[in-house]
Amino acid sequence: MTRPNTYRSGPDEQGHFGIFGGRYVAETLMPLILDVEKAYREARADPAFEGEMLQQLKQYVGRPNPLYFAERLTEKLGGAKIYFKREELNHTGAHKINNCIGQILLARRMGKTRIIAETGAGQHGVATATVCALYNMPCVIYMGETDIARQAPNVFRMKLLGAEVRAVTSGAKTLKDAMNEALRDWVTNVADTFYIIGTAAGPHPYPTIVRDFQSVIGNEVKTQMQEQEGRLPDSLVACVGGGSNAIGLFHPFLDDPSVAMVAVEAAGRGLDKGPLDHAASINGGRPGVLHGNRTYLLQDEDGQILEGHSISAGLDYPGVGPEHAWLNDVGRVTYAAATDAEALEAFQLCAKTEGIIPALESAHGLAEVIKRAPTLPKDHLMVLCLSGRGDKDIFSVAQHLGVSL
Amino acid sequence: MNAVAESRPPESRIDRRFQALKAEGRAGLVTFITAGDPDPVACQTLLDGLPAAGADLIELGVPFTDPMADGPAIQASSLRALAAGMTVRKTLALVANFRQKDADTPIILMGYYNPIYAYGVDRFLADAKASGVDGLIIVDLPPEEDGELCVPAIRAGINFIRLTTPTTDEKRLPAVLKNTSGFLYYVSIAGITGTASAANTAVDAAVARLKRHSDLPVAVGFGIKTPAQAAEVARVADAAVVGSAIVTRLADGLDESGALRPGVVEDVLGFVRELADGVRGARG
Repeated sequence: MTRPNTYRSGPDEQGHFGIFGGRYVAETLMPLILDVEKAYREARADPAFEGEMLQQLKQYVGRPNPLYFAERLTEKLGGAKIYFKREELNHTGAHKINNCIGQILLARRMGKTRIIAETGAGQHGVATATVCALYNMPCVIYMGETDIARQAPNVFRMKLLGAEVRAVTSGAKTLKDAMNEALRDWVTNVADTFYIIGTAAGPHPYPTIVRDFQSVIGNEVKTQMQEQEGRLPDSLVACVGGGSNAIGLFHPFLDDPSVAMVAVEAAGRGLDKGPLDHAASINGGRPGVLHGNRTYLLQDEDGQILEGHSISAGLDYPGVGPEHAWLNDVGRVTYAAATDAEALEAFQLCAKTEGIIPALESAHGLAEVIKRAPTLPKDHLMVLCLSGRGDKDIFSVAQHLGVSL
Repeated sequence: MNAVAESRPPESRIDRRFQALKAEGRAGLVTFITAGDPDPVACQTLLDGLPAAGADLIELGVPFTDPMADGPAIQASSLRALAAGMTVRKTLALVANFRQKDADTPIILMGYYNPIYAYGVDRFLADAKASGVDGLIIVDLPPEEDGELCVPAIRAGINFIRLTTPTTDEKRLPAVLKNTSGFLYYVSIAGITGTASAANTAVDAAVARLKRHSDLPVAVGFGIKTPAQAAEVARVADAAVVGSAIVTRLADGLDESGALRPGVVEDVLGFVRELADGVRGARG
């Protein structure tokens, strides 16, 4: 494959990144999808929209958050100089809020009066419920019954914020089923409802919208690394489920050839254990069409979607954003994987070494840092996106460690 | 009219069926069942019995794990079929068996794109044609993605039937009609299958609007549950589509273990007969 002149020009007008992406939705939604695309284009060209978003990101979310030199972890691993992009310090404790601020402003601009969203780990649900409280809009969050059980604190948070949390009992009762149910709601309430999709997947223009709103992560890293080290980082590491924090970190650097990028999928009980034991769609899936886009999917021979597994509810999704699928195929980003056990170990190491309890999702990225950093020279600048904090995960971690709380 | 002619396959079983209905001066009944629900053998019996019970056209659902446009009844029927081992290949086998007994009743496969994509588009179209499939309704392939399956299907001589909805406005309608053939399927509500029913006046107006833009027959579906409702639709549309109500009737006949109670296939066919009577008497 020939190398493109730029990795940042996608998608094309039909929403394709190479063969991936697109708009595979029911006819009822198509006019609305086209409206969202038009409204988004106009919003980005409007300085007032940009101004309000930047104001909220600063005053409400607390941006910019630090690019933190993880000195003790660096010493311990004895190789690359490790920085954490501290997305877990954002209001609501994860990167998800960046995108929610942008999308609710878009929804208001379109005159929509009701918000729906899907959530897996609950971080996107909490972020959506938060911006709905902020802008006084009714909000329905779809969440799989299985995830409700393993993420009880976030469910309560959403309710405190005034959202209605609807338990999804179809399929495996996890993130993909929550997304199906949100799409069913949207198709039924198409006139007044805006669907805030939390990950860089779904029908065009959502993967682009989410990427653009999350690119604040990478843009800040670029500026901060210049200030702190006077140059670009050498490598970037982020976990990937749908892939919103990863694309947000990577995208501003895609055309900087010296910057290596590694996205880390959830290998669950092990990639070699079979497709029901992990959630690594790129490493263990093949291209297919689901939730409005073509991308790598966990599926059987007959094109039926498989239920992946990960210790982390936020990575437990059988697909991945279409731009990631493309970046994998063109070879610009490396897609690695970390097992449940590796993530658990990284989770504990981060807590004890740096005094930071990371989200289990982010711990997958950290597991890759632990593998790579010792093999690299001390002047190698490595950035991990610490996408969320792990308070929500302490109950499931305790359970895996055999501790009863 | 060259553009239109090119976008339609040669005269099909579907075209002939609608011509016959027109000659009879009545609307048709389109029945939906899910392939392999509740198991492949019972489904074959049900499928084979539909024409005699009064089904004029048959929609056969290709089960998918993630039927995003379907309500609880069809979601559950898809999962039952998958649990019973249904695949695309076995779905085509059901059609091929049916065709040995019935050369005239059109069969339209309805479903989602991924199982077909996984099967391979060219191989699927060749096998579907050979099995006696007449048309396709693929919910998640809007005109924007016509290159995927719609255009190859037309080339393979299979009708690609498009859904139009209350959200399909005047501006968009030409794009939706462009590569549609066989008939137009008007989804009478913005929503998923088997839930609310549309007001009759709204359906009348929508059918009239479609007729102004296209000479294709118009079938109306989503939310038709009773023979009386089917009859109402049959007064103004060229066909009434009933799906969830039939699938629910079948589901009600399953015992706790999911096995079919005796006489259930006959009961479902009896219900289809009532629907057909409603449709046939509508313009009397």
